[in-house]
Amino acid sequence: MSAGTVVSVARACVEFDGEHVLENVDLSIDQGEFIALLGPNGSGKTTLIRAILGLQPLEHGKIALFGTPLGRFRDWHRVAVVPQRLPGATSIPVSVWEAVLSGGITPKGRWRPFPRSSRQAAQRALQSVGLWSRRHDRLDTLSGGQQRRVLIARALSTSPDLLVMDEPTAGLDTANLQALAGLLADLHAAGTTIIVVTHELTGISDLVTRAVVLRNDHHESVKYDGPPPVPADFDDDVHHHHDDAHKPPPVELGPA
Amino acid sequence: MSMLSYDFMQRALIAAALVGLLAPLIGVFLVQRRLALLGDGMGHVALTGVGLAFLLGTAPIPTAMATAAAGAFLIEFIRYRSRTAGDVALALLFYGGIAGGVLFASLAPGKASSSLNAYLFGSLSTVASGDVMALLALCLLVIALLAVFGREMFAMSLDVDLAAVQGIRVRMMSTLLAVLAAVVVVVGMRVVGLLLVSAIMIVPVAAAQQITRSFRATTALAVLLGLIASVSGLVTSFVVEVPPGPTIVLEALALFAVLAVIAVPLRRRRRSVDDEPQVKSGV
Repeated sequence: MSAGTVVSVARACVEFDGEHVLENVDLSIDQGEFIALLGPNGSGKTTLIRAILGLQPLEHGKIALFGTPLGRFRDWHRVAVVPQRLPGATSIPVSVWEAVLSGGITPKGRWRPFPRSSRQAAQRALQSVGLWSRRHDRLDTLSGGQQRRVLIARALSTSPDLLVMDEPTAGLDTANLQALAGLLADLHAAGTTIIVVTHELTGISDLVTRAVVLRNDHHESVKYDGPPPVPADFDDDVHHHHDDAHKPPPVELGPA
Repeated sequence: MSMLSYDFMQRALIAAALVGLLAPLIGVFLVQRRLALLGDGMGHVALTGVGLAFLLGTAPIPTAMATAAAGAFLIEFIRYRSRTAGDVALALLFYGGIAGGVLFASLAPGKASSSLNAYLFGSLSTVASGDVMALLALCLLVIALLAVFGREMFAMSLDVDLAAVQGIRVRMMSTLLAVLAAVVVVVGMRVVGLLLVSAIMIVPVAAAQQITRSFRATTALAVLLGLIASVSGLVTSFVVEVPPGPTIVLEALALFAVLAVIAVPLRRRRRSVDDEPQVKSGV
């Protein structure tokens, strides 16, 4: 493992109710890579990401972040996640500003007032996604694309070294897609390691330096690992949904 | 002002103000996590504590506090262990709480079972002079804990997984929130009563969030509405001579209705603003 290894996954296996979701995943991601994690629904993309983030225990195998085994990893400020939505912002009004600030909340800061530096970083992040003028608005009154940008600002406010994004392009129109691609290009140029979990490379194919395709079948979950474009053999997995008969149908996101 | 010349009324007013202030502070997190009925269940569990206090002759507030706190840990344990069956498991716990409370009270000597009513629906006259200090201490404890852990609870309530990746100990925060809800239940049980105390956690929050745009504003308005409902409900209860729990909750519901009406034009205006073509903001 080189000093610049950000994520290392070795022989990782995850089971749900005796069913193998991830099998023997080996993956090493270096600093500065822009990874697209591809695969059909049920292929284990989300499970792999959850495992890397310490949210999903492994049946077997090992994961390390920045060279530290997950169990002992404490530098969570180096990692930021862009989810598709914030569940808690739909049940209670949460302003755009509060949503961005929430990215900087840590146990370390609990005995102090929220630091001014974190506020300034949050302001810069929200300005960089062009939504500073909407900071007082309820997050759920923004369009889907704008909400996605707020969640990106939330992640950027902590200046992470590793950025993990869940389906960032889903449901975006062309304008928002271009805006997102521009933002990601800047981050990548600044040295941030980026992992994008996605169904499709539309809009970001020029940025991706490496594609990892997962497929849920025998013995090994990783079906392709290399530079884009993904070879035609695996193309089906990327652009279409191949669902196992026993899996629930994919949840399609409407245009957000 | 003759009302204030009664010592019991002064104590009841202090207790009502404390619960009106405290309950929405916790309720806002419960609503955000879609656990609005958790406080309700906690009230049921606390009833077993009251029944036990009657039976054993111990003081009701500490006994109910211990039972409700134990219930909070149990509820969080059940929620964590059984993601799918958790709903039913919690229901079982809550039924058991009510049944246990009534059973223990019935077994207790004297007319304990008739005074159980005062704990179910609240009472003006049951706040003892020693209680005021206990309630004040519990209130300060909750506010102190919120001052330290409130931000982490907010992050956890937004998204548990994101909070965990930020290093926040989400199980600890979740359990702490349940325990704080238990404290509020006990603070409110004298005046509002155990069956209705969770309403004062939830209704002011539901009322406030109709017109607010941020978590902070929702919390502040909910506390104001909670104070108004609990104090004015208590006064109404004194004048009309009915238990204070129902009057407090009905006044909170009336405030909800008023804000629902106010919210209609507000929402319409906000929608028309959103309909305007948005300035394309470059990234």
